[in-house]
This record gives sequence, structure tokens and C-alpha cells, in this order.
Amino acid sequence: MATQHSRSAARLMMAPAVILLLGWMLVPLTMTLWFSFRRYLPLRGGDLGWAGFDNFTRFVTSSAFWPSVQTTLVIVGGVLVITIVLGVLLALLLDQPMWGQGIVRILVIAPFFVMPTVSALVWKNMFMDPTNGLLAHLWRLFGADPIAWLSEVPTTSIVMIVSWQWLPFATLILLTAVQSLDREQLEAAEMDGASPLSRFTYIILPHLGRAITIVLLIQTIFLLSIFAEIFVTTGGAFGTRTLTYLIFQRVLESQNVGLGSAGGVYAIILANIVAIFLMRIVGKNLDR
Amino acid sequence: MARAVSTRRKTIATAAAWGIGLLIFFPILWTILTSFKTEAQAIADPPIFLGFDWTLENYRVVQERSDYMRFLWNSVILAGGSTILGVIIAVPAAWSMAFVPSKRTKDILLWMLSTKMLPAVGVLYPIYLICIRFGLLDSRAALVAILMLINLPIIVWMLYTYFREIPGEILEAARMDGAGLKEEILYVLTPMAVPGIASTLLLNFILAWNEAFWTLNLTAANAAPLTAFIASYSSPEGLFYAKLSAASTMAIAPILILGWFSQKQLVRGLTFGAVK
Amino acid sequence: MSLKRVLGATTALTLCSAAAAFAQDTTITIATVNNGDMIRMQGYTDQFTEETGIGVEWVTLEENVLRQRVTTDITTKGGQFDIMTIGMYETPIWGANGWLVPLDDLSEEYDVDDILPAMRDGLSHDGTLYAAPFYGESSMIMYRTDLMEKAGMEMPDAPTWEFIREAAAAMDDDANDINGICLRGKAGWGEGGALITAMSNSFGARWFDEDWTPQFDQPEWKETLSFFTDMMNESGPAGYATNGFNENLSLFQQGKCGMWIDATVAASFVTNPEESAVADQVGFALAPNKEGVEKRGNWLWAWALGIPAGTQKADAAKQFIEWATSKDYIELVAENEGWANVPPGARTSLYETPEYQEVPFAEMTLNSIEAADPTNPTVDPVPYVGVQFVAIPEFAGIGTQVSQEFSAVYAGQQSVDEALEKAQAITQEEMEAAGY
Repeated sequence: MATQHSRSAARLMMAPAVILLLGWMLVPLTMTLWFSFRRYLPLRGGDLGWAGFDNFTRFVTSSAFWPSVQTTLVIVGGVLVITIVLGVLLALLLDQPMWGQGIVRILVIAPFFVMPTVSALVWKNMFMDPTNGLLAHLWRLFGADPIAWLSEVPTTSIVMIVSWQWLPFATLILLTAVQSLDREQLEAAEMDGASPLSRFTYIILPHLGRAITIVLLIQTIFLLSIFAEIFVTTGGAFGTRTLTYLIFQRVLESQNVGLGSAGGVYAIILANIVAIFLMRIVGKNLDR
Repeated sequence: MARAVSTRRKTIATAAAWGIGLLIFFPILWTILTSFKTEAQAIADPPIFLGFDWTLENYRVVQERSDYMRFLWNSVILAGGSTILGVIIAVPAAWSMAFVPSKRTKDILLWMLSTKMLPAVGVLYPIYLICIRFGLLDSRAALVAILMLINLPIIVWMLYTYFREIPGEILEAARMDGAGLKEEILYVLTPMAVPGIASTLLLNFILAWNEAFWTLNLTAANAAPLTAFIASYSSPEGLFYAKLSAASTMAIAPILILGWFSQKQLVRGLTFGAVK
Repeated sequence: MSLKRVLGATTALTLCSAAAAFAQDTTITIATVNNGDMIRMQGYTDQFTEETGIGVEWVTLEENVLRQRVTTDITTKGGQFDIMTIGMYETPIWGANGWLVPLDDLSEEYDVDDILPAMRDGLSHDGTLYAAPFYGESSMIMYRTDLMEKAGMEMPDAPTWEFIREAAAAMDDDANDINGICLRGKAGWGEGGALITAMSNSFGARWFDEDWTPQFDQPEWKETLSFFTDMMNESGPAGYATNGFNENLSLFQQGKCGMWIDATVAASFVTNPEESAVADQVGFALAPNKEGVEKRGNWLWAWALGIPAGTQKADAAKQFIEWATSKDYIELVAENEGWANVPPGARTSLYETPEYQEVPFAEMTLNSIEAADPTNPTVDPVPYVGVQFVAIPEFAGIGTQVSQEFSAVYAGQQSVDEALEKAQAITQEEMEAAGY
């Protein structure tokens, strides 16, 4: 049983991490909040005074705001669905007895090690380029007109690139969970004549629930802030502007720090809504 | 003895898994292959798979233009430094959360994760101004600190989930034997948590290595890691696929090799408490 | 020679010699763009270090990343760089804010009056030079003489857009993978935005009227955008909505374009037999205009070296700038790489050099540069300076968003009318936010 002594020791041990993160959150957050109420235009001489709620109203009433929220949700949602569905299938496949399992696993996790800038550059130029890209060559081989990936299906292309990066992560976590399945239970079900599909639905899927939630949570955190993939491939054109990217445009391209900071405040609110929503699921799932 | 597996089933599984594995790995393979081609061969139509004149020319050009070792060294310091520092700070926190949980433990944990959702671009100016104030622009110290803070929530959480899997009875037994808090952590807990700590270290090393926003915006000549190295090879004038591939290969090779050698450790510990 | 200038020159000389005396361990940091001429310059910096004892650290970045980096640094006075590579858009704005060290005391030997007047004007604010041009460019037509002949047409020295469209359709040959015309469609104010803005001038359109009201609701813009889209859909490459300078350069070098209207600096790349499959079949002409409009669609740009105010190493930085943008540097490159590869468009004396006059694109480059008029870019009067950009701080943001809307038209995602309507709204919003 935890004593009073160990309780205060525990608090002490938690302190550095908590204080550091609190600082990391509060200092920039306070500054962002401060800027969001200022007319702060670096190229026009910096801080030009109090702006009231102007930046906040301007940011949401901008024609780019709602489409960017939508794009954010589409990209995050798309990547989540793809990585989780393919991740489950891949995990089940990798769990089968086979020759060279170790090597296959190495091949599958490799994309996770590639930095986002590099993977965006490689996909954009060497695969998705409509003239010299490998996919264009493939299309022509079958007599089809090459697709101009990043202008015709820009959001799909970005979802593809990001999914490629995150599929290994999902697969690994899910594979660990699959490996801990109760084999005897599965075999018993098989003996009882349960079809593969019903075995999947009633035994495997519930068992993976916890792992799926974790993949969902971790990936959402990272996906909400994807930036390099969009910056390198479309630069936010063709409706691929996410909320993060919109803020980037306001702060760095338009050089309107006040407006961008107001956007930052909205992004924090949005992230927290998503977070609370996620935490409720995760919280329930973690509580076993 | 597990089920007897028919050879046929094993063959099918092998074929399918290898096919998919190679497909997933193919973009990386293609990049590595292209880095050994000439620029003309890199865009040849139809594409050349293996039958080209292997050349190291691209690597020579890239090395001549930018001092690879310096970028590499910075990447190692930034990723390594931030990870080690992060783990040192996170172990006690995760320990106390796992073994002396209070009502608020989970809230604190979830709050920590939520700090990761701050959009980096939104706070670029504040952080930049702070760095100027303390003379920390283009310094490794600032980046080590920032990367550590970015990844700290993940580190705490990963460690917390491992620690929770360690049965409390062992700790109590240790306590009975007169072990203090320090001994408890050092001699009982840590050895049991080695796989977890190892994979936490690895995962966060990878994440820090690949971080491209702060490392690009807060560095110039001194502290620039490989993410900045790559930024000088994206879309230059003229044909560039082969040189881009060479630079990309150089940027990802170290982490790829590390990842491959340590994949067992990474996989063993990478559960985030997914398995119970 | 005025007394002031003599004094200035003497001070500079004293400073330079003083700097040289203790410069042994000075190292300057230079942020630059990853264009071919800059990469070449990096190869020669050892010579500079040998001559002066000043070390040089390069931070070479892709254009968009570079802009983001240097702008953040200059506005916050971060002091990361001793020299920044900037363009004609940034220089006058930053100069006006007092963020750049004025280059008004360059040595006599440097001969600042030799800089092409168009370049010097574009890099000055109130008559003071704030950045020295490393190379300058306008835009012009580059075309395949063999394909033109095959199409049975002849390129006039100063063609119209109507002629270009007709020629493009005639040269277009899908069976042989040849696109009649390649133009920039990529989003970004410095990419597709630059081309369409310069083109709009030659259709009589403008960004703002004299009261800073956006003009995208005017018929001239609709005509420009419709003409561009129709022509590119008829005879342009697939996926041109994502093609920028680089993509088009590589298409042209591979022999996949009949015509290409772009930066004059591209001429040395497309005529270089080592890189280009069509090196000896390239002709040049002035950028087109619409029949009856006197403005032509050619822009003016320079990549220049400026010194951020507040750097401790201004003297060493100045020394480097004098070296890199000097006549001697041009000769150094000419000696080692041939005259066709020297940085063009910066100095009058270059175009008076007999060896350079023999370079096939030299004359047309100079004519194009001289034909561009940034202070008076449009048919109707405008309150701004700049041909393919509007020299106000807000433009980078507005220009990029507007060109994104245009690129969506090129990709077939929206109509010309929708795009112009959005462009008008975006520009209005942003101008209001900026307090116009």
C-alpha cells in the first residue's frame, strides 16, 4: 500500500515533467494569446497596437476557414481508416506462419524511419510526377493516360503518402496485440464450425479493440499537425489546405502574426475537442 | 504443440506477405537504386530497374556541395540528446504514475498528451523571439530542449504503460527486504523495464530524427541537422532525381540501419499498453 | 566625381583593408537559394577565402523554405545571417523598413554604375541601393526552331499571344509526346502567379486600381485567365497545374515542349548540350502581348545579395558582395565554364563584352530586361511597383492564395469565373486585414 511518504515522493518525481510541460504549454500559449489580440504585422513595423477580437472574427469569417477544417478532418480521418483497416489485415497476415518472417517485418516497418520531407519529395517527384514519375510509366504501360496525381486527386494523394508513412506504426502495434490472442479459444471456435469471418468479428476484433484505440489516439495527435507533406507536394493548393497550413499561410506568407495567432488559438481549441473526444474512448478502454 | 500447418497454407502466406512487404518497401528501394544512376537514366522511359551503369557520382556531388558529416553529427546530437534527456525526466514521472496512482493521474497523463496538439506554426514567432532573447538561435541546446519537450508526453506515456505491467508484489517484496525508493527504481524496476525503455528510446530517437519544422526554422549553419540538408536538394534547377535520391538515401540511411538492427527491441516494447 | 562619393570610397577602402587585417578568423553566414548559379558560386568561395581570409558558411535552401527562413529572421532581428539572398520583391520593402545595410559606399573598382539601370532601380528604395544583383532576369519565349519550321510557321521577334496560341496548336504532337507550349501553372506567387500576372499586364489587366481596390472582377482578368486555360488545355502538357520553372525546364530539355515562356536565365540551361537534348535547336523571342496592347508579358527579377542591418560583420559581408557580384567574378566563371554560363542580367559591361555578344541569347535577354518597366507595369495606372508582383508586404500571402485559386482552374476543379470571384474576395479580405 502506498504510504504518505511515497505519495509525496511520487509527487516530487512527477514534478520535473509536469513543470516542464506546463512551461512548454503556457509560455507559447500566453504569447500566442497575447499576439492574437494585437495588430502584429512584422513587415509593417511589428506590433501596431490593440486589435480586440478583430483577428478572431476575421479568421473564422475568412472563406478559407471552413474548407480548411473540413480538409483537416478528411485527411486525418482518411489516414486513420486506411492505416487501421490495412494494419489489421497486415497484422493478421504477418501473424501466419511463413518463411522469412523477420525480413518481411523489416520491409514493412521501413517507411516509418523515413523523414516526412524525404518521403513527400520522393513520392511527389519520382512516383506522382505525371511525366517522369514511375506511376505515370506504369499507367502508360497499360495504355492509360497518366494521372496528374497532385492536381487531379490532391487530397487522395496526400492521404496515400501519409498512410504509407503511418501504416508500419499501426501494423506493429496491432501485430503485438494479435500475437497475444488466445490460441485455444480460436481453435475451439474453429472446431465448433465458426466461419473465419465470424471468428474475426467475435474473437479477434474485440481483442484488438484496445490496440486500435491506441493507434487512433497516437496517430491523431501526429496527423493533426502534418505539415511537411503538404508544404512539399501541393503548397496548400487544390483544396489541400489544412488548418495548420492555413495558420502557416497567415503567419509566414501573409506575415500577419496577429491573425495567425488567432488561428492558432482556434486550432488549439479544435485539437482539444478532438482530444477530449478521444480521451473519453481511450479512458474507458485503458481502465481495464 | 500448435496447430499443424499445411505447407500449402504456409506457402500462400509467405507469398502474400513477401509481395505486400516488397510493395511497401519499394519506394525506398527505388530511391536507393536511383541514387546510383545518372540523371538521364533516372528519368529514362521505360524506367531502368537494375541494368544501368552504377555510379557514385551523385554521392560525390552531394558531398562536395554540403558537408554531410556535420549535418549527420547534428542529427545524432539532437535526436540522441533530446531522447536521453527526455527519458531521464520521464522515468520518475512514469514510475510515480504507475505505482502511486492518484485520482488525478490519468487526467495529468491525458493533459500531457494534449500539449502535443499545439500547432507548431502557431507558436513559431513566440519561440523564435524567446530564442533570440536568450541567444539560442542556431544552437543545439535550444533544439535538444524543444525536441525533448515535444516528445516528452509520448515518452512518459510509453514508460507508464510498461511500468504498469510490472506486478506490484515484486516491489512490495523488495520493500520488505529494506530497499529504498532509489534501490527500488534502480535495481528492481529498471531491469524489468529494460525492453520498454529500449523501445521508448528507439521510437523517440526516430521521431526526433525526423522532426522537420523546428529543426529547419531554428537553425542556420551550426546546428542544422539532416532535415536542413535535404532542404537544399528539393526542386533545384535542371534534372535532379538522382541527386535528390542520393541526398535522401544519405539522410535516411543511418536511421534505417539503426531501425533494422534494433527492430526486435523496438517491436518488443512498442505496445503502448496495447496488450493486456 | 562628387566629394561624397570620394569620401565614401575612401571609407570603404579603409574599412576593407582594416577588415582584411583582422579578418583571419571572421566567418560570415550566407543564406541562399539552391539555383544553379548560386551552387556554382559556392564552388568558388575558396578563392574568396584565400584572397581575403574571410571564411564563408553556406545555408542553401529551396526557394520557399529560404523565404520563410529569412523573412522570420529579418522581421524579428534574429541575426542568423550576414548575407541574405533576396529578390526584387523583398529588397525595396525591407530597405524602406531600415532592415538592410545601404550599399552606398561600394568601392570605386566595383563600379556600381555598371549595374543595369532596371536592376539597380528595382533593388533600391528612394534611390539607395540595398542589395547587389547576383543575376537578373526578364522573361522571354524560348522555342524549338526545328518544330517551328516543321509547323510551317516563323516566329516574329515580337509575337502576339494570338500567334503563340496558333503556333502552339500547330506544334503540338501527341504521338511524339511533344506539347505545343509549356507554361508555369504551379501555385505560388513566384511560380505560376508570376507568369499569369505578367501575362495579365499584356492583356491590359491590373491587380489594383489607384484606390487599392482589387480588379479581378474586370473583364481583362477574365480574358487573361480564359485565354491561358484554353491555350494550355489545347496544347499544354498533362498536369501543367503543378508545373513550375523546374518542371518546365526539364520538359524542355527533354524535347517535350515546342515553346516555353519563362525566365531568361533558362536560356543558358536549354542551350547547354550537356544537359539539354535540344541545345542547338532553340530560338528566342520577346514575350508576347495581346494584339493592340502596348505592354508585353515579360517580367523583371533579380536574385540579389543584401546585408541585414545589425550584423556584426557588415564589412566582411560587403567584401563578399563586392566579390560575388563583380566584373572579376563574371570573368572568373567565363574562364572556367565558358561565357554562356556566367551569371547574366546584372551588368551593362557584360553585354558590351564581344565574347558575350556572341552567346545566342545575350541580345534577347538584354532586350527583354530593357522592355520591362516595373514602375509603370500596366496599361491603366496603378499605385504599386512591380511587373509580376505588387511590391507591398501583403502581396506574398495574397499572391500565393490567388494563384492557388488559378491553379485549381488549371486542374479543372473550378471555372474561371469561380476562381476570379474567390480571388477578388481573398484579396479584399487580406487588404482589409492589412488596414488599406
